[in-house]
Amino acid sequence: MYMYYGITMVFFTVFWVCHIYIYINNMTLFIFYHVSYQNVTPFLCIIIALHSVEYHVLPCDICIINCILLLQVTVRDALNQAMDEELERDERVFLLGEEVAQYDGAYKVSRGLWKKYGDKRIIDTPITEMGFAGIAVGAAMAGLRPICEFMTFNFSMQAIDQVINSAAKTYYMSAGRQSVPIVFRGPNGASAGVAAQHSQCFAAWYGHCPGLKVVSPWSAEDARGLLKSAIRDDNPVVFLENELMYGVPFEMSEESQSKDFLIPIGKAKIERQGNHITVVSHSRMVSLCLDAAAVLAKEGIECEVINMRTIRPLDAEAIETSVMKTNHLITVEGGWPQFGVGGEILARIMEGPAFNYLDAPAVRVTGVDIPMPYAKILEDNSVPQIKDIIFSVKKTLNA
Amino acid sequence: TYADFTPQASFDIKKCDVHKLEEGPPLQAVLTREEGLQYYRTMQTMRRMELKSDQLYKQKIIRGFCHLYDGQEACAVGIEAGINLTDHLITAYRAHGYTLTRGGTVREIMAELTGRRGGIAKGKGGSMHMYTKHFYGGNGIVGAQVPLGAGVALACKYLGKNELCVCLYGDGAANQGQIFETYNMASLWKLPCIFICENNKYGMGTSVERAAASTDYFKRGDFIPGLRVDGMDVLCVREATKFAAEHCRSGKGPILMELQTYR
Repeated sequence: MYMYYGITMVFFTVFWVCHIYIYINNMTLFIFYHVSYQNVTPFLCIIIALHSVEYHVLPCDICIINCILLLQVTVRDALNQAMDEELERDERVFLLGEEVAQYDGAYKVSRGLWKKYGDKRIIDTPITEMGFAGIAVGAAMAGLRPICEFMTFNFSMQAIDQVINSAAKTYYMSAGRQSVPIVFRGPNGASAGVAAQHSQCFAAWYGHCPGLKVVSPWSAEDARGLLKSAIRDDNPVVFLENELMYGVPFEMSEESQSKDFLIPIGKAKIERQGNHITVVSHSRMVSLCLDAAAVLAKEGIECEVINMRTIRPLDAEAIETSVMKTNHLITVEGGWPQFGVGGEILARIMEGPAFNYLDAPAVRVTGVDIPMPYAKILEDNSVPQIKDIIFSVKKTLNA
Repeated sequence: TYADFTPQASFDIKKCDVHKLEEGPPLQAVLTREEGLQYYRTMQTMRRMELKSDQLYKQKIIRGFCHLYDGQEACAVGIEAGINLTDHLITAYRAHGYTLTRGGTVREIMAELTGRRGGIAKGKGGSMHMYTKHFYGGNGIVGAQVPLGAGVALACKYLGKNELCVCLYGDGAANQGQIFETYNMASLWKLPCIFICENNKYGMGTSVERAAASTDYFKRGDFIPGLRVDGMDVLCVREATKFAAEHCRSGKGPILMELQTYR
């Protein structure tokens, strides 16, 4: 339903903008109008312009049709759709967590699901993480496929024993006899103004443990495909979302709207091709890397931006292939520097074939090594900013 | 022979203390010849297996931890007699007895304890991590198995097969916070869960009086009805378990049993 709101909004914006443009009769300007936020499609606009000239039709008509085909979906809606489809597909899937049912989700990610599926499948829990995470794991052991939502991963620390000792290790300890097909999901990492106890990134902590799969989507497509894969996976999966990304819209292709659209866990994606330096990131930081890459492109530096998508198992091969092409590497993450995701990537590169291709030491761009402060100016400077990424790239390239 | 004389006998069993219940289990139990021999055989096998494990542990052939069940056999055998193999059970690390009653063989258990490939977990689990069908271990972290057990009960209710989950913990674990979280949710959602506290008077090395402000473990569930049972009498345990199972299967929600036993 919210998809249609999105389309309508885009339709009206485009409609009016198109009319103004036609009035001005300036095709050149029109070509550079950006239809989407993240994935710039100037060529699409040229096609629109050319088609409209050819068919003597207002460009806005073509634009509308293209906008309907090229849906703008927020990460929140992508997650919601993914859960809805998986709940429908498999009777054993159910969702539990704080506020997921009657409140429609603390961040509205589970909006409408309780109304559709009822008390049996969408369960509101008391504020007792250790208890309900354990209950979720037990249900998974007995044959169900729970999605256990933590309001934020900070609260998963209360339940971390159940995630690690009861979920992650069981398949191995039982020599394959007892599987735990559970998904732990929720927002991870820094938010806005929530201060020290509500801003920690858990990618490194969970990424450390054998027996877990750890996934960190960035775009709406990532969120949809990876959540579906996670729910269908028979292993415990930790699904790290990001609160600041929930409202961000992304273009989603028609293929990605299919009910069986799955993104394989353990494979990274190259979001932007480049040959001067490899920039590896995950979750919200990918946005910043792409923005930094756009700025650097003006100066002639072409960054290859890799969206990790999965923390564990790490797609070292994709990073190595890229480094062997570009000869330079930086990693960008929101979490703390010590013993983190960046550290692991650098270690793997050192241990692998790509080390011999490095022309400069690989560097990590991370959050500052302090508990997250509250004041905006301090908070803004405690996570990587575009300027930090640009600075690291230039330093690595000696430019 | 005695077999011709009667196929069964009736025994008086100890009255159970009750909490938030109108009445407790019956005061008389009927034991048939087959049942009697089966319980005896299982308990004796369990005792011999545990004593042998003790020897092997002292010889360092069994490494790490080895928590033995000798003395508590009546609990495991009595509980199993009160439920079916299609029901579910989970316990903490004093699990060898339950592994046996839940379908494991002595050979598999001893092979596991000695780290062999023929072990019930191919030697990868050890003393504390043994699993069989509808038996979820063998759990090393004190108290963690209780929410897991309630989760299994949730699955039982969800799948609608009229099964229940027996969720065991010790007097030491009874003070764990996550158990109270579990009592709350099990009661709210009316999960078919029998919580059983095996009170063997010691939590690791500490006696119950020194660890618990209230040693009436059968009352600690507060809003959950409770029974205190003589855990050294297999018939007492059986009748109490049958009573508790009836309570759960009728949809009344969870129930708590304290078994007074010794190791």
